[in-house]
Amino acid sequence: MSQTKVKKMLFILSKGTIENAYAAFVMANGARMEGIESEIFFTFFGLEAIQKKKLEHLRVATVGNPAMHMPTMLGGLPGVEALATKMMKKEMEKLDMPPIGEFLEILSDSGCKLWGCKLAVDMFHLKEEDLIDELDGIITIGDFYNRADQEGTHLLFI
Amino acid sequence: MRKLIAHTEIEVNEEGYLTDFSQWTKEIGECIADENGVCLTDRHWEVISYIHEKHNKDEPLSIRGIKKSGVIDVKEFYSLFPGGPLKKATMIAGIPKPKSCI
Repeated sequence: MSQTKVKKMLFILSKGTIENAYAAFVMANGARMEGIESEIFFTFFGLEAIQKKKLEHLRVATVGNPAMHMPTMLGGLPGVEALATKMMKKEMEKLDMPPIGEFLEILSDSGCKLWGCKLAVDMFHLKEEDLIDELDGIITIGDFYNRADQEGTHLLFI
Repeated sequence: MRKLIAHTEIEVNEEGYLTDFSQWTKEIGECIADENGVCLTDRHWEVISYIHEKHNKDEPLSIRGIKKSGVIDVKEFYSLFPGGPLKKATMIAGIPKPKSCI
């Protein structure tokens, strides 16, 4: 039915802003919906998206983001980042975009594998219990490359 | 595009989705399922009737909607319609492919 040559998508999420997390999640979920395998490797600040206590508090970056069309000075004022995030979440809800926690459940139930980066987990002194229950394991980048085990596998860094 | 399904000439688009839902019958659904390697059980039909219900109410289908449906969970949905569940289920149900990215 599907004409695509893409068989498997491997994502590396290295950033902890809400827009980057959603970019990875929408693409990983979109792959599964097309019958393409998908996996996400959370590293560095991307680990924020799979920490139980932090995942619902991801924010959009208002400083250093020209596409916000907001003076950098203004973006740095207290509360601006929170306000921008609130507005973005409201728009996402209108489009039926699930919140981060629910999105992770959907991804896991869809068969998308979720991995924590061992190096970053050690660096941030995180324990397994700090991370979501849906996590498939904590692995090295080498292990993750080994997940690219078939023709038509692509790897994307976010 | 015309296609012969279950001994009936049906209008479909280039991807194989029915363009006129009034032409859909259970037999046609079964034939499309068969072509897609899905063997329909009572459980599949429950999902298809949920999809028809949503379609009749003009409510868009999404994977999140499936999760909240109370009819089926995401895991089972993927196991019933392997390899693109919403795409396959809507094709079998005779309605257009969902346009949503989620």
